[in-house]
Amino acid sequence: MEKLKSLADLKRVREEAQTRLDLRVKGDSPEGLVQVKVAMATCGIASGAKPIMDFFVDELDKRGIGAVVTQTGCMGYCYAEPTVEVQLPGQEPVVYGFVDRKRADEIIEKYIKNGELVDGIIPVNYEKID
Amino acid sequence: MKEIALHIMDIAQNSIRAGAGEISVTIEESPSADILTLTIADNGSGMDEETCRRAADPWFTSRTTRRVGMGLPLLQMNATLAGGTMKINSAPGKGTTVTATFGYNHYDRPPLGDVSGTIALLISANPAINIIYIHSFEGMKWSISTREIKEALGEEAVTDLAIVRSLKEIINENVREIAIFKL
Repeated sequence: MEKLKSLADLKRVREEAQTRLDLRVKGDSPEGLVQVKVAMATCGIASGAKPIMDFFVDELDKRGIGAVVTQTGCMGYCYAEPTVEVQLPGQEPVVYGFVDRKRADEIIEKYIKNGELVDGIIPVNYEKID
Repeated sequence: MKEIALHIMDIAQNSIRAGAGEISVTIEESPSADILTLTIADNGSGMDEETCRRAADPWFTSRTTRRVGMGLPLLQMNATLAGGTMKINSAPGKGTTVTATFGYNHYDRPPLGDVSGTIALLISANPAINIIYIHSFEGMKWSISTREIKEALGEEAVTDLAIVRSLKEIINENVREIAIFKL
């Protein structure tokens, strides 16, 4: 593949991605995007949250899952970082702790694809403080 | 924090929490002057003098979720260890600018790390904030911003996962090129 260098190249990528997305959401609801939020405060970053966020971005795109990956701050679970909050369309968010590549893969394959809960859930009455 | 890229992610998070609408990240590499400068400037809420003074104290934090705040202290430590300094410039309502310098060739200077990936993630994860990234190598500059990308590709494009991945590549290529050009 030739190297990407300019905004024009980016535009091409966007157009290609949109054609793929259109095919995907035809049977689905348009707002059916999975929300993945990676905690990215000092504690998260120090525990390796950044490679985990890269992993989600790469793998969700490669596996053709319509998702939005964003970052949040510290939720107070510094002991369990990296933590990742996953919200399937129309469902309550679930927070997973101690997420490494293996667990991230499980989250994608089992939870995001099939709605099957995997190990590492932080069982809380989850409320965001700020 | 083993990479400058991780510090960027970390300090930018402070700007996001401060309600910034614009965050600019600047890396200036100057091997000839033996200095690497990292500047993160935002137009967020800013800090008063007292808060600013205590910001680099690990036992001080504005958060309520925990009692420590390590982001700025860790950056200060890494800068100091590499023969540099860290300065915070801030005023309420005026935003905050954090500047860290490192000895470019210093033994203990952390490597830049995955800066392109960090910037791509920042842009895509915070679509409402205009992220500006400026990289200069011996005075030769290249920059990109959320606004430019939105203007070229439309509002929603920045959260597209395929775009995030390509954006990383674009930043990498261009930054590599300015360095080659100057060497």
